[in-house]
Amino acid sequence: MTANARARKYEPRVAPKEKVATSAMIASLAAEGYDTVSAPFGHALNAVAAKDPRIVGLSADLAKYTDLHIFAQENPDRFYQMGMAEQLLFSAAAGMAHEGFVPFATTYAVFASRRAYDFICMAIAEENLPVKMVCGLPGLTTGYGPSHQATEDLAIFRGLPNLTIIDPADATDVAQMVPAMVDHNGPVYARLLRGKVPEVLTRYQPDYQFELGKAQIIREGVDVLVVSSGIMTMRALDAAELLAKDNIDVAVLHCPTIKPLDTDTIIAEASKGRLLVTAENHTVIGGLGEAVASTLLRAGVTPTFRQIGLPDQFLEAGALPTLHDMYGLSTTKVAEQIRSWL
Amino acid sequence: MVETATPLTNVSLARRAWAIRRKALLMGQVQGQGYVGQALGVADVLAVSYFHALNMRADDPEWEGRDRFLLSIGHYAIALYAALIEAGVLPEEEIDTYGMDDSRMPMSGMASYTPGMEMTGGSLGHGLGIAVGMALGLKAKKTNQFVYNLMSDGELGEGSTWEAAMSAAHHKLDNLICIVDFNDQQADGKSTDTLTAEPLVDKWQAFGWHVQRVDGNDLEALVKAFDAARNLSEPRPRVIIANTLMCKGVPFLETREITHFVRVEADEWDKAIDILDQGAPA
Repeated sequence: MTANARARKYEPRVAPKEKVATSAMIASLAAEGYDTVSAPFGHALNAVAAKDPRIVGLSADLAKYTDLHIFAQENPDRFYQMGMAEQLLFSAAAGMAHEGFVPFATTYAVFASRRAYDFICMAIAEENLPVKMVCGLPGLTTGYGPSHQATEDLAIFRGLPNLTIIDPADATDVAQMVPAMVDHNGPVYARLLRGKVPEVLTRYQPDYQFELGKAQIIREGVDVLVVSSGIMTMRALDAAELLAKDNIDVAVLHCPTIKPLDTDTIIAEASKGRLLVTAENHTVIGGLGEAVASTLLRAGVTPTFRQIGLPDQFLEAGALPTLHDMYGLSTTKVAEQIRSWL
Repeated sequence: MVETATPLTNVSLARRAWAIRRKALLMGQVQGQGYVGQALGVADVLAVSYFHALNMRADDPEWEGRDRFLLSIGHYAIALYAALIEAGVLPEEEIDTYGMDDSRMPMSGMASYTPGMEMTGGSLGHGLGIAVGMALGLKAKKTNQFVYNLMSDGELGEGSTWEAAMSAAHHKLDNLICIVDFNDQQADGKSTDTLTAEPLVDKWQAFGWHVQRVDGNDLEALVKAFDAARNLSEPRPRVIIANTLMCKGVPFLETREITHFVRVEADEWDKAIDILDQGAPA
């Protein structure tokens, strides 16, 4: 893989000897040995919908790719295909919320954050309506390039008043965030992991339970504190295993609710004298890392601070494992970066 | 039987429209500015909506059985406040608070401020999509209320309007009535010179809607159009394109070159109200 494929537009290429296919499936990111759960979002939504008639599902021609087809199959009368029209998707979801429903609206994170922002802002957030936006392909989870890579969705949405934001790590988070989103009477934006989703958190914490608004220590450690969200919690935990072999003891604070941030827990954990590393599947601008940094500065807590995240660039297309290596999100790169900062 | 705002009184629609115009001018006078050109133009549409067509209860603006009325055009709030005051949803005494700090009548319409304001407008092209969701929701609840969406010709330039228009026909939303206030004015000039939506009847028809285009300052024509839209048996959404005249009813304003945010001098407000009063209908 070259450092910059797009800069060599006119150079002919030959196929590499070792074939590395791209994949949009989250499972392709998981390290060997994790169990996976199929479509945890769709099944969790069915479970909640069975008890709560207010729940409806809407999608903008991406039901199948957001696991909402699972809901549509079980609840055909409560599923609304809105077509490839994201402004309409979120306006209509707002309209249904006005009528007392709790709509789950799905599309890709790029389309929600970029194309439909004004509608999410004014029709949903300003009116504080209980629309639940569940959006696929967060951060760098596709090799399709910037059109599909939602590398700045959290930065865009963090500025929206009233909006709760979730970046789940694994199948347990995805399944358990669904009833929590319904219980929260307001708008929620959640990044979606779809398809076969690894079970990560319960391997380290068998009794782990997702709690909206709460960050939780998943692994204890005395040398380094990684504050992470989304799939980067999996990376941090895997990297911690690697680093343990070098006697580097890494704690991982999983922070699936990006907004409102669990500032109490973050400040308490950051005050223990360890190197603090934030890790996010998102540009380093405006996401978890900067949210943690400003929280700590305001509290006067100033550990040595480093950020793992995507660069302020439009990312390349290619195979995900290659791209994760290239942009520092792979387990080995996470471990390397942490080691270099000690 | 339609429960309009004041079902037991016998006030003519012409008198209602006059009263809406007058109240809008009084509010404009409070601030020395306002979108009174639109309010004067759309007053007849609002009179027919609130005093002929809409099923509503003035003392219970959130009554579940009401027809929904969305003001997609937030800057027309001054017109809707006038109608809501005339309907008894808002008290007449609050006219003097228009646009003031802590007023229930801010200069752009917002749902959280005002009883009877169903949505937050201001960013144009939002109402019809919300109306689609409400109409779907009412159908899911198996009720027979209508959703009205009042929009402007300027909003026809927003792509989201046409996403929603396509969707309403796709979902056969026969409980959705859209009213387009076609005054051919927007911020930078005539709508037909800015980004023309003509041929507008053909466009809506091609999108699968039942279309009527009427003189939006002709009360009789509006009543007929609303009745036809309500009583149509075809399973499709309905649009009434109301051709209106900006500043209707105050001739010296009607002829101003720029009417989108019409400039009215301090001494002209009383003059405008006097002119209206001279033609006050019974």
